[in-house]
Amino acid sequence: MASPLHTVSSMTSMQNRSADATPSGQQAGSPAVPADRRPAIAIELSRAAVTFGQGAGALPALSETTLRIADGEFVALVGPSGCGKSTILRLASGLVQPTAGAVIVGGREVAAKALRVGMAFQNPTMLPWMTIEQNVMLPLKIVEPFRSQFRSQRKSAFRDKAHALLEQVGLKGFAGRYPWQLSGGMLQRANLCRALIHEPRVLLLDEPFGALDQFTREELWSILQDLWLAHRPTVLLVTHDLREAGFLASRICVMSARPGRVIDDSAVPFARPRSIAMTFEPDFVALNQRLRDLIVEARTMPMTEAGA
Amino acid sequence: MTMANQDMKRKAWAAGLILAFFAGWELFCLVTGMSDLVLPRPTQIAEVLVARLPVLWPHILQTLATTMAGFVLGVALGVVLGAFIGVSKVAYDTAYPLLIGFSSIPKVAVVPIFVLWFGSGTVPAILTSLAICFFPIVVNIATGLATTEPELEDVLKALGASKMDILWNVGLPRTMPFLFASLKVAVTYAFVGTVLAETVASNRGIGNVMMSASSNFDVPLVFAGLFILAALGVALYVAFSLVERRVTGWATRKNDLVASAQ
Repeated sequence: MASPLHTVSSMTSMQNRSADATPSGQQAGSPAVPADRRPAIAIELSRAAVTFGQGAGALPALSETTLRIADGEFVALVGPSGCGKSTILRLASGLVQPTAGAVIVGGREVAAKALRVGMAFQNPTMLPWMTIEQNVMLPLKIVEPFRSQFRSQRKSAFRDKAHALLEQVGLKGFAGRYPWQLSGGMLQRANLCRALIHEPRVLLLDEPFGALDQFTREELWSILQDLWLAHRPTVLLVTHDLREAGFLASRICVMSARPGRVIDDSAVPFARPRSIAMTFEPDFVALNQRLRDLIVEARTMPMTEAGA
Repeated sequence: MTMANQDMKRKAWAAGLILAFFAGWELFCLVTGMSDLVLPRPTQIAEVLVARLPVLWPHILQTLATTMAGFVLGVALGVVLGAFIGVSKVAYDTAYPLLIGFSSIPKVAVVPIFVLWFGSGTVPAILTSLAICFFPIVVNIATGLATTEPELEDVLKALGASKMDILWNVGLPRTMPFLFASLKVAVTYAFVGTVLAETVASNRGIGNVMMSASSNFDVPLVFAGLFILAALGVALYVAFSLVERRVTGWATRKNDLVASAQ
């Protein structure tokens, strides 16, 4: 498990995480570390391409894409629908293997198992036979080093951890409920807890707030920002919502239409913590406008490389 | 009117109609003057049951034990086979034709073979009961696993879970409602298998009792045997229904389970 980016802090709470040293002696994503001393790259796609199927029915989903995300960065991926944004996430999580090129997460080829990655999908996909608490604790049952302690800790330390997270997202008192007893917004909150409970250094979010109403969404943005500021995991967020991208991310990558590739990559300059009010200020609106134009252009662009 | 009241009323109706069924049977026999050699009255059967219970008791235990042994083995075999078929395409393609072929064979034709191999008695009865009850379990487990939503599996795959982890944490729990549906069918089949083998090749058990009773024209005793079998079947069905409600309450979302889930 000891990769340079995975801080294996056995039983410490999420709050103490930034104090743990990585094996190389550097601090894992702590804000105090100068940017140039950061352990460089958390997620790297080098000329990675994905094609589904073979022969005449082959469907290119992602053309050769190179993308580097530094440790502790918060990157948003936007673009027209069907452009391969989710494919990039699935590459990074190991759910899809690249047909060409390489994908390296935490210094290792993604094909290797047991990466400590947290993932949240657009659908909350809670397991219906488990309570919310059990669902949130699921990664601890699977991922080392928690896995070997699961039996002894599930009633005490792990449970406290789950409850602390649930409280942070406003789900105090719902731990014992079953998924079908909760609303969509509540499930998505629990989903976020499940993605975070095993203290992943890399968090992959696939439109996690897409199905929520405006106000719940904004509330969860703030919660996610707080969690990111506290623990500084590397986040790759796929979204359709440009306000969401601008509010949360430190960097926004715009993708072209299918088969996608990154056509624009720019930093988001606004100071943190950001407020919802900020998203209505002229600078932010201008950024939004620029991204929107890029995507509109990408949508109408002829698929020049598709036949290749 | 409250929910509880409605529920009580519904159950009272059901109980009343079941009683009416037996009353109708009794009445039919009395009015038509039916001979008890053809169709005994329910009261006659009950009388025989009470009077002969001490003699019948060891046979009841024998049949119950044999059935349970066959059923437990059948469930074990069915779950393992079903898991294989549900997970592996090769196993699916290989096993399904064989299974369907095997389950199409009338089990009464198989009993003599079991007797040839193991002699008459309990073992062929256990095997017959196993052979007849494992098929619905295999089919249901395989279907449950094959229809598991890939999204649920992705949650674990993204965590780097092994195939075994996924089967254990997603596949099998997801399949529980399917398993219980098949268990209720399988347990009644298991009785059929046991009694079949006891009738053909055994000197113990309810099947044997009914066989010898009918050759003595002791028709009320034959019916008493049928009643016992029916009662045992219903009892086990109810037992599994109760366990099912506890284990797979998440799939039925009954109102009364909301309260118990807290």
